[in-house]
This record gives sequence, structure tokens and C-alpha cells, in this order.
Amino acid sequence: MTTIVSESRRLRLPVSVPAVVAGLFIVLLVVSAVLAPTIAPYAYDAQNIEVMNEAPSFAHFFGTDEFGRDVLSRIIVGAQTSLSVSVTAVGFSVLTGLVLGSVCGYFGGLVDRILMTVIDLTWSFPEILIALMLVAVVGAGLHGVIIAVAIAYLAQFTRLTRTQVIQLKKEAYIDAAVNLGASDFHILFRHLLPNALAPVLVAAMLATGDAIILEATLGFFGLGAQPPTPSWGAMMSSGTAQLFVAPWVIIIPGCAVALTVIALNIVGDALIDSLDFRNKAREG
Amino acid sequence: MSEIVSVKNLSRRFATKRFFRKQEVFSAVRDVSFSVVRGEIVGVVGESGCGKSTLARLILRLLEPSAGEIAFEGRDLASFSKREMRRLRQKMQMVFQDPYSSIDPRFTVQNALLEPYRVQGLSPGAADKRVAELLNMVGLDASLARRYPHQLSGGQKQRVGIARALALNPSLIVLDEPTASLDVSVQAQVINLLDGLRNDLNLTYVFISHDLNLVRYFCDRTIVMYAGQIVEVLPKGVPPAHPYTRMLMSSMFEPDPSNRREISSLTGEAPSGYNLPRGCSFAARCAQATEMCGRDDPVLQLFDEDHQVACHYFREANKEFVGA
Repeated sequence: MTTIVSESRRLRLPVSVPAVVAGLFIVLLVVSAVLAPTIAPYAYDAQNIEVMNEAPSFAHFFGTDEFGRDVLSRIIVGAQTSLSVSVTAVGFSVLTGLVLGSVCGYFGGLVDRILMTVIDLTWSFPEILIALMLVAVVGAGLHGVIIAVAIAYLAQFTRLTRTQVIQLKKEAYIDAAVNLGASDFHILFRHLLPNALAPVLVAAMLATGDAIILEATLGFFGLGAQPPTPSWGAMMSSGTAQLFVAPWVIIIPGCAVALTVIALNIVGDALIDSLDFRNKAREG
Repeated sequence: MSEIVSVKNLSRRFATKRFFRKQEVFSAVRDVSFSVVRGEIVGVVGESGCGKSTLARLILRLLEPSAGEIAFEGRDLASFSKREMRRLRQKMQMVFQDPYSSIDPRFTVQNALLEPYRVQGLSPGAADKRVAELLNMVGLDASLARRYPHQLSGGQKQRVGIARALALNPSLIVLDEPTASLDVSVQAQVINLLDGLRNDLNLTYVFISHDLNLVRYFCDRTIVMYAGQIVEVLPKGVPPAHPYTRMLMSSMFEPDPSNRREISSLTGEAPSGYNLPRGCSFAARCAQATEMCGRDDPVLQLFDEDHQVACHYFREANKEFVGA
């Protein structure tokens, strides 16, 4: 006889040290982004000719840029831009992907084929190319970047949801629900989507990291946040001019991007382990 | 005696389309006719791939038939609209083979048992009380209501599956190998539970299984399927007349040593639904097969009262066949 599996194995918390450190880093980042104006030591746009391109010191932890602005303050405020743009964009992408993917996967047929062909088309270009094209159409600025990033990642979430739904559709509990007289709506929203959600959330976590890079790249090309609003990409772009005079101006935002992306990836990996209890349920 | 389900000339074919290949047609169920009387337990047995699960899904209209009709309480299922069909499902329920995948892993037992009411837009009354009632009916403790499926044993899960099927007070339950994935000791408990429930709740069962012994013990009538067709309809306690059923019987293990006989094993394989032979589909494996068997497909004929056989030579069948 099969044994009874112990209680509360529903959601195992990620306990690995890197995951905890990465998680804390992200929390710290989000908190400082939210509280940016209060905790930034200087105003992000306060220029001071006397301290132009100054190396890191106690007065300016991360040094100053070519206008004498405090790099630390700009990093903190820039986190606001980077995080909000990438999270909003990925959020739109995930929501649209969930709806399109589940409709395509569940109903199949002609709608599925047409929609998936269009969506696969976006996959045949590198993301940066799609984003550049879209920003060219929509126009530079944060709205353009959000739309571009959202569409660049749409294919990924749609495909993932669709594959999940197609697989889950074959489970006996879907037949059971049909046999109870459940509507398509009930089956989609009560059974298929909740079970398809875990891998999509993990992918979203990882995509947020990529989106930060994509946002920074667009910012580097001057297509994202317009000055004086700081964004990590735009800061790096302006730093290229002083690369040899004041390397911290480009290195610091570069590190911010890298650390955030690494942290998001570590947390995403930990989520894969903790959220995936569907397979564990089978062992019972 | 009123018929609850009657199936007439039912067939189901599956078409497989593969890239760069000719479309192939798989016949899962071929020209099957039978009826189920209210209050009866009808068993359907056969080797895997003989179409018994397809038949179960056809009866409940989880699959659409390719030909033929299924009447539930005298009305053709095909004549029900989608909405009417959803209402009708209250009366016909199913218990699934694999209890591990028949309950949504994200639903607690409580939610799984309340789902029937939710999808039908019915009130379960006092929800907690109704769940406890259903759990008691299947011999489970009411405290299991907050558990998730992975916290239950296979037998407990199957009992929850049965409780869910009972929730809407159905008149017909199709049991698709409900004990196949359970241990033998648990099998017996589940069978006894099903038997008790049938008496208490006045249920009708269609019991699908590959276990001829179990079906013969549990069911009032046994339908034996082979390669998508019915080869024999056997009332309880009557010795089989069809060579296939007899081979199945004699291939069974006899636990009583004083009663032991030689076990003859079934040789060969059932023909594939992709490529069915001419004539009787069992002819290739049948010891009595003659030239006629390879030419004409035998039809189901009345052999005795309630006993139907599809074999050209059924009248010569040895009535004193051992092992019945």
C-alpha cells in the first residue's frame, strides 16, 4: 500500500544560501527603488561643476559623473526606471502570453495555427532587433521601451503556456471535470491555468533579468529614458565618453545590471525547485 | 425492467495523420450493441487495446462516436445540445483508472468534492457537512477534507474519486478499471465498497476491467470484447462458449491447489485496429478455426437465455467446460 506523504510538501522554500542572498539583494533593490527620493544622498539631477568626474570617496560613494552628479543617487533612482520598465513589460507579456497560449492550446485548430505563426515570426529575429524596430515605430521613451520589451518576450510565454495546456489537457482530471459538466471557461481557469502557472512564473522571473538588459541596451542607444531621468543603460552610454577619465561612471551601472540579472536568475532557479510540486505529487 | 443505457451499432475510428504518410484509420470499437438494465452491474473485459476504455468514453460522450447511437434513459445522446448534455452529466458519472491523475493536484479533497456542485451551479447545502457525508459514504474520515491528493494513498484517492462521482446522485456510474492501479488488498476493499454503495444508492454500474476473475465475481453480466467487437455476452455463473473467453478463463491462475489444472496460456497477439483481418478476428489464435472462420465474420447470436456468442461453432461448444 502506498504510504501517506508527510504534510506541507506543497511549497518547499528555497533554502540554499545563494538563493537567500540573491533574494535579499532583490528586496533591497526594490525597497531602495521605491524609497529612492528619500534615501538617495543627493538629488539625481543636482549638478556640481566643482566635483566633476570625481573618484569614489566618502562624500560620493560611487564617485560623480561629467556634470558632477552623484552616481550612487543616480543608480538608486535609475533602479526605479530599470525595475519598473522591465517588470511592467514582462507583466504585460506574461498576461498576454497566458491568455493567447491557453486559448491556442485548449481550442487548437485554425485560430491556433494563425496566432502561433504570427507569434513564431517574432521569434525568428533577435530580441534586440524587434525591440529596435518597435521603438522606431512607437517612438523613443519609456512607453516605447515597455511596448517593445513586452512584445519581444511575448512568444516565449505564449509558447510555454500553450505547451503546458496541451500537456495538461490529457490529464484524467480534465476528463473528470468535463464529465462533471464543466464549461470550457471553468476548465481553463480552474484547472489548466493554475497548473500551467508555475513554469510560466519561473520563466517570467528569468525574463525580467533579460528585460533589464534589453532596457539598458535601448537606454544605451538613447531610445529609453530621456535625460535627465536616469536609467542604468543611459548612464553607461554617457559614461563611454569618460571611460578612461572616470571609469566608475560606466562600471557602476554595469555592475548594477549584472548583479540584478544574476540575482534574478538565482531566485528563478530556486523557484523552479520549490514551485514544481506537480511531479512530486506523482511520487505519492 | 427498464433500460438505462442502450448502445446500437456503435463504432469509433481514429484517423492518424502523419507528415508525408498516408492517413491511417484505427478502428477502436466496431459495431457494438448492448444494453444495460437499471440496477445491474455489467462488466466489460478484454485485453488492453480491445476498445473497452474507448467504449467507456463513448457511453459518457467524452468521445463522439463515428457511427451508431447511444441512448440514455431512452433518449439518443446525439440529440442533446451542449447545455443539455452538461445537465445530463449529473446522472452519468465516471470513476477513472488512475487515481493519481484524476484529481487536480491543486485541489484539496474538499474542493474536489465540491467541484461537481460548482460546475453544475447547484448548492451542496452546508458545504462542510456535505463533504463529510460524502467522505463517510466511501469509508474515509472527514478530517481528510483539507488534504491535497499527494497526501493521500492510492486507495484513499480512489475513494475520493468515487465520492466525487457520487456527489450529484447519479443513476449510472462507469468504472474504468477502478482497481487496476491498486494493490490487491485495497482492490478488495474498493470492490466491497462499490457493491455496498450500489445497494444503498440504487446505482447501475458499467465496470470496465481486464481482470476476468474480478468481473465474473462482481458483475451480473460480462461483455467480452476482442479487437473492438463483442465476442460474448455472458450471464453470471454460466460457462463461456466462445473460444476466446475460454482461453482467457483457462489462462487464469487457480489459487486453490486441490482445484489446480493445467494453465494454458494465450498465444499470439490480438490483431491491430489498423489492419483487421478478413473473417473472424480471433481466427488466427483459435484452435478450432476452419476455413469459414477466415472468410466470414461471425455475428453475435443468442446461445442461451441472455447468453450471446459470436462464433460459427458455438453450438459445438463444450458445456461442461471447466473453470467457469
